[in-house]
Amino acid sequence: MAQTQTEAKPIVNRTQAQVWLRQMLLIRRFEERAEMLYQKGNKIGGFFHQYSGQEPVAVGSIGVLREDDYVITAYRDHGHALARGMSARAGMAELLGKVTGCSRGKGGSMHFFDAEKGFLGGHAIVGSHIALAAGVAFAMKYRGEDRVCICYFGDGAINQGSVHEAMNMAALWKLPVIYVVENNMYAMGTSLERSSAVVDLRLRGATAYGIPGFTINGNDIELMAKTTREAAARARAGEGPTFIEAQTYRYKGHSISDPGKYRHRDELDNAVKNDPIVVYENILKQRGWIDDAAIEKMRQDVKAEVEEAIEFAEQSEQPPLSDLYEDITVAPFIPQE
Amino acid sequence: MAVLSFREALNQAMTEEMERDDRVFLMGEEVAQYDGAYKVSQGMLKHFGARRVIDTPISEEGFAGIGIGAAMVGLRPIIEFMTFSFSLVAIDQIVNNAANMRYMSGGQFSVPIVFRGSSGMAGSLAATHSHRLEAWYAQIPGLMVLMPATPADAKGLLKAAIRCDDPVVFIEHEVLYPDRGEVPEGEHLVPIGKAEIKRPGNDVTLITYSRSLKVTMAAAEKLAEEGVDAEVIDLRSIRPLDMDTLINSIVKTHRAVIVEEDWPYCGLGAGISDRITRTIFDELDAPILRVASKDAPIPYNKAMEQSMLPSVQRVVEAVNGVVYREV
Ligand SMILES: Cc1ncc(C[n+]2csc(CCOP(=O)(O)OP(=O)(O)O)c2C)c(N)n1
Repeated sequence: MAQTQTEAKPIVNRTQAQVWLRQMLLIRRFEERAEMLYQKGNKIGGFFHQYSGQEPVAVGSIGVLREDDYVITAYRDHGHALARGMSARAGMAELLGKVTGCSRGKGGSMHFFDAEKGFLGGHAIVGSHIALAAGVAFAMKYRGEDRVCICYFGDGAINQGSVHEAMNMAALWKLPVIYVVENNMYAMGTSLERSSAVVDLRLRGATAYGIPGFTINGNDIELMAKTTREAAARARAGEGPTFIEAQTYRYKGHSISDPGKYRHRDELDNAVKNDPIVVYENILKQRGWIDDAAIEKMRQDVKAEVEEAIEFAEQSEQPPLSDLYEDITVAPFIPQE
Repeated sequence: MAVLSFREALNQAMTEEMERDDRVFLMGEEVAQYDGAYKVSQGMLKHFGARRVIDTPISEEGFAGIGIGAAMVGLRPIIEFMTFSFSLVAIDQIVNNAANMRYMSGGQFSVPIVFRGSSGMAGSLAATHSHRLEAWYAQIPGLMVLMPATPADAKGLLKAAIRCDDPVVFIEHEVLYPDRGEVPEGEHLVPIGKAEIKRPGNDVTLITYSRSLKVTMAAAEKLAEEGVDAEVIDLRSIRPLDMDTLINSIVKTHRAVIVEEDWPYCGLGAGISDRITRTIFDELDAPILRVASKDAPIPYNKAMEQSMLPSVQRVVEAVNGVVYREV
């Protein structure tokens, strides 16, 4: 099992910790409500991949980045987007395909984008955004900036060819990129053991390209933050990429249509029993940083924020059909029909 | 005006653009220390240094993606594919990422990148090294596809491509690299989406691009000797297509032949012919004919290889067909 938080001394202050807890609650609530809209109202289409259970990975790591850093991820992107500060409104409106959505209704669940927040997207071709991350980092280095790009992907993506091409070049050129593999043990229904000859993912970067690698408990939010902070410092100092295998667990099936029957019942029970949000609530209570009443208030606030976002999304306009030809190119677009 | 080779014209275009804009850089296999597999980037490493002229490992998908990522955050990469046949390894990046990014982000991220390199059949390289993929790329909304036929157009179009805020697929025919011609110095830009009438005529419109322009011009000369006055249009821009120039010409000649080096089935000419037919059917006095490569992989054997290509004779035969001329 991965290393867990051992430090007696917290690595964040009280205010920061509360912000993180609230973000995790917001992501959880956002997705729970979105799932209801998907199931009942038939209001959300396409694939819908939930992040429930993995919240500490995104919140802890994005939480230590600077505002001018970049974040890029795969299709399981709601959590990263909200952790990066995308509004629940813009996310919910995108799920409903509205013109007020974060991608103007053109991207959907798997393609959230927010340029203002340096959120470079959810990307649905497994593995293919990992090269983009190296390119973003290349641009930082080219301009002599000390910004970094953090790149999230699943354990299934690690076996794509372009990932290795990109990691080799990122290491060769010492690009400021932080790779975070969210090892939730499954790629759809295929477990890591059935897809990877070497299951110690850290070794992929470490032995092949000399990228420093860490396997950690990704559900330990402060350990996630600490490891990322060190990786960012390394990147800003010109020392190149870091590879973090964040071990975590997704509560839901791969997507809404997947009941996840390939997993053992007790595997899931065990995870839910140790729900990382509840775990963090308890840690903060022990430190005397929050009490039950404050947590309850936070939960109510988050609920209200999500309801308001749903209201906003439902009231928002559909994109006009003429938008079909908008945003294809910067130059005036001439349909070749 | 200076007389330059096609490859020198491309080199001049990149050099001038990199001098005026630090965001532009060149990346690809052997572009730097080796001076380019086809020497298009000759001397550029010396001039600009390793920060801006970058040799990559043999990782087409990886470095295409790196270019796209860099373009998303403000750089203007030129990505060289040693040959466009190898761009198939990177097609996921070009289609799924470069072409879609602006649309899927609701206009928030554009990808100002040029994918350029050699293509086409030249000297018995057989099937893996001779692909013409213009029809593949031209089908994708979000991409510009450019194919110059002369040194002057090579320079002007490449400069326009580098300044374009959208992803551009810029395909250079390998056999054109040594061709020489007059090239305007300095600020010479050929607009994207504008075809050019390379030879005016009244009896039939010959539509072509890239290396096939030479064959088509030779055919037009032969036809002129035989009393058929052909107008030759060089598309230059495959997407967007300059329909206005095509329509104006066909309204004058009432007949058209498309000469293309890609495969016939679902090829570029099929799309162009369809558009013309639907737009000005009444103006046509004959069906539009197409002269394309043969519908086979490209063979190694020299004679077989040559038989693949559009030839002067095949173009003349097609023209005879549309002007209903018995010979
Ligand atoms: C290139 C490609 N192949 C297959 C798919 C279909 N697919 C979507 S998600 C997925 C599993 C990916 O799992 P992983 O990378 O571990 O991410 P996780 O779902 O665990 O977050 C597959 C096979 C795809 N989207 N892209």
